[in-house]
Amino acid sequence: MNKIYKHVIADIIRNRIVLFYTFILLLASLSVFSLEDTSSKGLLSMLNIILMIVPLVCLIFSTIYMYNSSEFIELLLSQPLRRNTIWWSLFIGLITALGLAFFVGAGIVILIFEPSFLGLMLVICGILLTFIFTAIALLAAVLTKDKAKGIGLSIILWLFYAIIFDGIVLFMLFQWADYPIEKFMILISMLNPIDLARILILMQMDVSALMGYTGAIFKDFFGTSVGIALSFGTLILWVIIPFICSLRYFKKKDL
Amino acid sequence: MIITEHINKRFGNQQVLKDVHIMCRPGACIALIGPNGSGKTTLIKSILQMVLPDTGKVIFQGEDITGQWSYRAKIGFMPQMTRYPENMSIGEVMSMMIDIRKDQKNLDEELIDQYHLKEIYHKRMGTLSGGMRQKVGACLAFLFQPDILILDEPTAGLDPLSSEILKQKILKEKAKGKSTIISSHVLSELDEMITEVIYMQDGQVLFQKTLEDLQQETHEVKLSKMIAKIIA
Repeated sequence: MNKIYKHVIADIIRNRIVLFYTFILLLASLSVFSLEDTSSKGLLSMLNIILMIVPLVCLIFSTIYMYNSSEFIELLLSQPLRRNTIWWSLFIGLITALGLAFFVGAGIVILIFEPSFLGLMLVICGILLTFIFTAIALLAAVLTKDKAKGIGLSIILWLFYAIIFDGIVLFMLFQWADYPIEKFMILISMLNPIDLARILILMQMDVSALMGYTGAIFKDFFGTSVGIALSFGTLILWVIIPFICSLRYFKKKDL
Repeated sequence: MIITEHINKRFGNQQVLKDVHIMCRPGACIALIGPNGSGKTTLIKSILQMVLPDTGKVIFQGEDITGQWSYRAKIGFMPQMTRYPENMSIGEVMSMMIDIRKDQKNLDEELIDQYHLKEIYHKRMGTLSGGMRQKVGACLAFLFQPDILILDEPTAGLDPLSSEILKQKILKEKAKGKSTIISSHVLSELDEMITEVIYMQDGQVLFQKTLEDLQQETHEVKLSKMIAKIIA
């Protein structure tokens, strides 16, 4: 890897935004867990924070970082380095810095207050979401040459995954309420990493009992170890596929 | 030794390189000249594979460079209006470059000394003026003793003294038998350095001639006069 990722990590840490992000996560997680009387309530609040904040910060920060690195990429391209190496180094640098920020800011606190399988799953989901949305940001940045367009695209992607997708799912549930679409919904939820992470965590909590028949079907799938393994597999695919797409595009890009 | 064979490149609906065929022999010092937007930088970038040609190939020291990367260790490249990562200091950029080419041992630090760059190693690239960045670019191009130097408008933004230092350095490397490709608009400073001229216009190579041939054809001494006569 030629140690380029080390320079990337050093550069990101010097950029104080990531330190600020760590601090905000730390503040949020500490206050959530010390305000709620039971840790499962705190976990639910943490879940919502993670599902909103982590994708947003990873998408926006990574996209802007990629655009600001255009000089850095150009400089490296004139050196005896593979394009593969350059792109991998940037990705590894970004996910290490952002993943570390999440782990220090939220992960450790969650594991202290909720040292269970559920807590561990939440931390792993948070880290996977960090990886997924960094990969998506790389794809957005490599696809558009214009900085404003690229950042716009990543904001739209966040809106889609965090809000609009749920709207579409709700709409479908109401429209086809008479049909047995519960199993189909499992498939649909695989198409959105945020939803997938949310369902995975909720199914491990007692609140799934409140979700009626759909909840029961979901519990049958996401509650089993096969379901959990399949979901994590899907989340990992969500990291790999956008990243490989961005890598293939970068290899053919003119700079 | 660089040969480009029938390179075509299209950006959108604009054809920037049309069937470009040039040859750079070992020891040659080539001036790449032509009006703005004639495709000089794109040609240089396709030799470095920063721009990937649509058709045609580049042969570097007898080998097709498509998909290759290690050949760039033999090229010292100084980009036009050098842009560098703003957050890094000069020293960090230098040490990163040395880190990338770890197996390259004898470094040529002559330009670094002449430009007194070590005294400002702590300065961030973002705070440097255009001329200072050019100096860093020049130092990096010569640092690894490359076989071939590719300089894209090297003296743009440099003060007269620094540009003279750079010129002397290029002459010194030329005397060692290294090939050089210089793209420039300042023809007067090319006079004493070059052995060949490539003239580009609208993405095409109008001609590639040696300096002697040009002198015989035009009976002029100054490069600028020769070009003016040929084009007219």
